[in-house]
Amino acid sequence: MDHYTLVHALIGGCLIGLASLIAGVLSGKIPGISGVFGRLLVPATPDKTWRVVFLLGLIGGAALCFMLWESAALFRSMRPLGVMAVAGLLVGFGTRLGKGCTSGHGVCGVATGAKDSIAATLIFVGVAMVTVYIYSRVSL
Amino acid sequence: MKAEDVGAQRPLPHLILILIAGGLFGAGLAIAGMTDPARVIGFLDVFGKWDPALAFVMAGAVGTYGTGMFALRHFGGASGKLPTTRSEPIDRRLVMGAAIFGVGWGLSGFCPGPALANLGAFRIEALVFVPAMAVGMVVAQQVFGADTEK
Repeated sequence: MDHYTLVHALIGGCLIGLASLIAGVLSGKIPGISGVFGRLLVPATPDKTWRVVFLLGLIGGAALCFMLWESAALFRSMRPLGVMAVAGLLVGFGTRLGKGCTSGHGVCGVATGAKDSIAATLIFVGVAMVTVYIYSRVSL
Repeated sequence: MKAEDVGAQRPLPHLILILIAGGLFGAGLAIAGMTDPARVIGFLDVFGKWDPALAFVMAGAVGTYGTGMFALRHFGGASGKLPTTRSEPIDRRLVMGAAIFGVGWGLSGFCPGPALANLGAFRIEALVFVPAMAVGMVVAQQVFGADTEK
């Protein structure tokens, strides 16, 4: 198959949007990944089944693409594992405090013009850009 | 059947469609190159060698979801409950949460979707990141509550 181009980025994005649309219509909830996953960790969450199924589908769909297309399997490790662990804590804490991540706020919220999601997206993209800049400075 | 009625008892066709939706989401991430943290960090690295891929991904995703929701809202009949489009207040919780997430995203190049997708390749980065993310989520939900769906 072809090598990766920006057309793949656009097509992949459309698939993410379509997947969110289907899951949103069927669940009646905004299917942001941090919310779907985070609520699985709350014992009181009543509707766990669709969340598990959706996330297993996500992992399986990605795994299938990794196997079938070399370009999708490209993974360039950028950070030591200690940094990944700290980042994981921050991403988990921040997405549940801020009630959304790149999918819930960045895709679904922005797409429907929700002001809180637009604000959150501008903030996390901006802060992430500054973080990447600072990291590249201090790790030189 | 209304979405709020289904709860834990979902009909099998629903679950199969949700499995397919999850599969499309994971495939979309992988095809878009978003499971490669170098590409994500390349987008965030605006002062370095900038990679525009993530902007194309967001354009495709926002365009598709936005168009679909608009169509369903205006021409889609009235069966079931669509996800909310209502905005919550832009308060300190939202701002702090988004900022903390931004630090973690910039540090790693992983947001929750790509981190989970990389479990599908048993990548050590994901095997470290995802449990840490789960701990962070549990702490936030214990301290601040997980009540609002967004």
